[in-house]
Amino acid sequence: MTTDEQQNTASPDPAGPGEAAAPPEQAAPNGLSRRGLLGLLGAGAGGLVVGGLGGAAVAAVAASGSASAGAGTVYPFFGSRQAGITTPVQDHLHFAAFDMAGGTGREDLVTLLQDWTYAASRMTQGLDVSASGAVGGSPQAPPDDTGEALGLPANGLTITFGFGPGLFEKGGVDRFGIAARRPTELVDLPRFVGDDLVPLGTGGDLCVQACADDPQVAVHAVRNLSRIAFGRAQIRWSQLGFGRTSKTTSSQATPRNLFGFKDGTANILADDRKALAQHVWVADADGPAWLAGGSYLVARKIRQTIEVWDRLRLAEQERTIGRDKAQGAALSGGGEFTEPDFAASHGAGPAIDVKSHVRLAHPDFNDGVRILRRGYNFVDGNDDLGSLAAGLFFLSYQRSPEQFVRIQRALAADLLSEYLVHVGSAVFAVPPGAAPGSYIGAGLFA
Amino acid sequence: MTPSRTLGALSALGVIALALAGCVAKSDVAAADALTVSSTDTACDVSTATAASGTLAFEVTNSGSQVTEFYLLASDGLRIVGEVENIAPGAKRSLTVVAQPGDYYTLCKPGMVGDGVGKTAFSVTGEKVEATGDDAEQKQQAVASYGAFVKDQVEQLLPAVKTFTAAYAAGDDAAAKKQFPEVRAYYERIEPIAESLGDLDPKIDFREVDAVAEGIPWTGFHRIEKDLWVPARDALNADGTTPAWQDWAPSTTAQRKEFADGLVANVQELYDYVHGDAFTKALDEQGVAGISNGAIGLLDEVATGKISGEEDWWSGTDLWDFAANVGGSKNAFETVRDFAQAKGDTGAALVAEIDKGYTGLETKLAAYGSLTAGFVSYSQITDQDRRDLTALINALAEPLSKLTSTILE
Repeated sequence: MTTDEQQNTASPDPAGPGEAAAPPEQAAPNGLSRRGLLGLLGAGAGGLVVGGLGGAAVAAVAASGSASAGAGTVYPFFGSRQAGITTPVQDHLHFAAFDMAGGTGREDLVTLLQDWTYAASRMTQGLDVSASGAVGGSPQAPPDDTGEALGLPANGLTITFGFGPGLFEKGGVDRFGIAARRPTELVDLPRFVGDDLVPLGTGGDLCVQACADDPQVAVHAVRNLSRIAFGRAQIRWSQLGFGRTSKTTSSQATPRNLFGFKDGTANILADDRKALAQHVWVADADGPAWLAGGSYLVARKIRQTIEVWDRLRLAEQERTIGRDKAQGAALSGGGEFTEPDFAASHGAGPAIDVKSHVRLAHPDFNDGVRILRRGYNFVDGNDDLGSLAAGLFFLSYQRSPEQFVRIQRALAADLLSEYLVHVGSAVFAVPPGAAPGSYIGAGLFA
Repeated sequence: MTPSRTLGALSALGVIALALAGCVAKSDVAAADALTVSSTDTACDVSTATAASGTLAFEVTNSGSQVTEFYLLASDGLRIVGEVENIAPGAKRSLTVVAQPGDYYTLCKPGMVGDGVGKTAFSVTGEKVEATGDDAEQKQQAVASYGAFVKDQVEQLLPAVKTFTAAYAAGDDAAAKKQFPEVRAYYERIEPIAESLGDLDPKIDFREVDAVAEGIPWTGFHRIEKDLWVPARDALNADGTTPAWQDWAPSTTAQRKEFADGLVANVQELYDYVHGDAFTKALDEQGVAGISNGAIGLLDEVATGKISGEEDWWSGTDLWDFAANVGGSKNAFETVRDFAQAKGDTGAALVAEIDKGYTGLETKLAAYGSLTAGFVSYSQITDQDRRDLTALINALAEPLSKLTSTILE
């Protein structure tokens, strides 16, 4: 494992130094503030290592008697790449797209990114948003931290920031003096078959992806970041997600989407450095320089007409996906991880339907193009008709948005598209990580 | 004492002024002997372990590899007397405190987590630092000035209400409709005062749905409003569910007189109160904090009541109330701004941010009209308008919410 991949593959280590050295009386986080908990742990650990200049990474596990081992997972915020891309996919998501406020300028944007970076560097470590936090400030002042995460450990929180096309230029205006530095690839996605986009659920100047194993921790992050942004940026849309629909490490079981099928079997994994370099990370030669080591994020809110889907015969569901429902094995045979054999036949026709989702999305039919998926299921209550407002909040990271466009165009003929409506869409350039003392996106303003 | 992230935690503010007693003027800070602190990954070296009471300035240099924090802790080693956070590797920041005689600890926290390093006893000797008499006198003047503003508004409100209710009682609806939003502006500018009186605001300003929910007789401005802007037969009340004509009918002439007289009587009660000793005493007790909290409270009125358009459900004159709330809030802020301005760079930055917030909101409101020329009906306000206004209210309310603590520090 090399340095630049380490931060993203950090994993809970229950036998780590933090646990071993913690005296028994400190193993009672209930009722303690986040600050108190971490303070005690730090004392017990005698040098809990969290991140570092060189991108060295040790995931810390809280010595907690009551919380699950995963709850104490801490991923370093600072590093050569932003966390939350190849990081083992957490269980919950709060994603928010922001628009910069009218009349703001370059200085506002820079200070916002600085303030966000600092807040994120604290919250991802399980700390309050500032040193005085939720209860440590003046009784006469509103607390800096909103407080709902008091007592909750970090829960593997990652906060990932991205820049939308509108940040560089909107309506022909270069609001922040960065139009010339816009990557040529960073443009609004083209219109696709099946799009029924809601304007206020689409686009955005900035994005924040907060992932954690506790939904309250993810919501706390977005809430506090939006509060910090008041006067400079305003939430354009935001989305809660649960039940990750893909995995980024081989040790994670492949989860299921709301169609009931395993999703993300063939996803790019965190330890596949070659595939990451080829398909996910923006290379030095790709340009622009400030984005090297970063990636592009595509977000698509996809409504699933699950009521209709649920009435499909099992065989028809499987034909549509191209995999069996129980194991996730391709219909050409074998197990979940057996490569699909698109030439295999079944009776008179192919074993895997030519219009099945797995075939149309497969790299073999897309010039070898792959993407790293990181989506979540969502249920936003119900719609006016009494149907569950359910679907997939699709997130993918790729070296160029063209990779997504290539695959999404191929999916125009997808049998599955009959049960999907794309209602939200956005694309963001995700800059590389920040070193301690610097801030996310600093290279863009250098 | 909250070093404010909204003031640009990473920007080059340099000094975070934390006053334990009285008020630190910038010149005091400059005159203070600077204490130097060197924070590394393992140590927190302070240039001295003792100092004389008064304004202390710690110049903290981060010589370590991680983002660090510096704390001055009370003698129990827990309570934070002052702290400066987010000091990047290689960066230098200052902590300024007014320190009373006593025992303290200094501490650095590289990496932001853990118990920190280099916890060292620090003692302050000398005389107790007292607030200056000048400051107390200025604050008393501010309180008196705000009291005068409130009285002035009520003095204009009372005759305006008499004229307005006379037109209403006489059935001159055209005149009454024109006056309705104008009269209310006097009230909306000082609404928190009436609200502090318990049962007076409900009698004067309750909406129908609230009066029903509280089980009290529905009287006041909004009762008259519904008579003046008679709803369609199939209209719904502000709750979006109950029919407008359920348990309601246009007032008879006798009822109109009753509601008119009632409103005058209640406003008279408000007039008597603000001209009495109890009001002066209440203002004195709350001091400048009461004024500051009034400024904040008026903006909360806008954020929770006005933005939804449910205040003046039948007349659509919400923007008059909106503008009057903002104007009253700004007046209260102006009364105490000097006290915030005097609180070092933090206070000055806060005042600048609040000024910017009022300007942004006032500019946006001006696009819809003015209190003198009139505003567009709230029914013409689009969702996008409301979104923009909400963003501007948040931009102002967030720094404004720190005004009281900044003044009191």
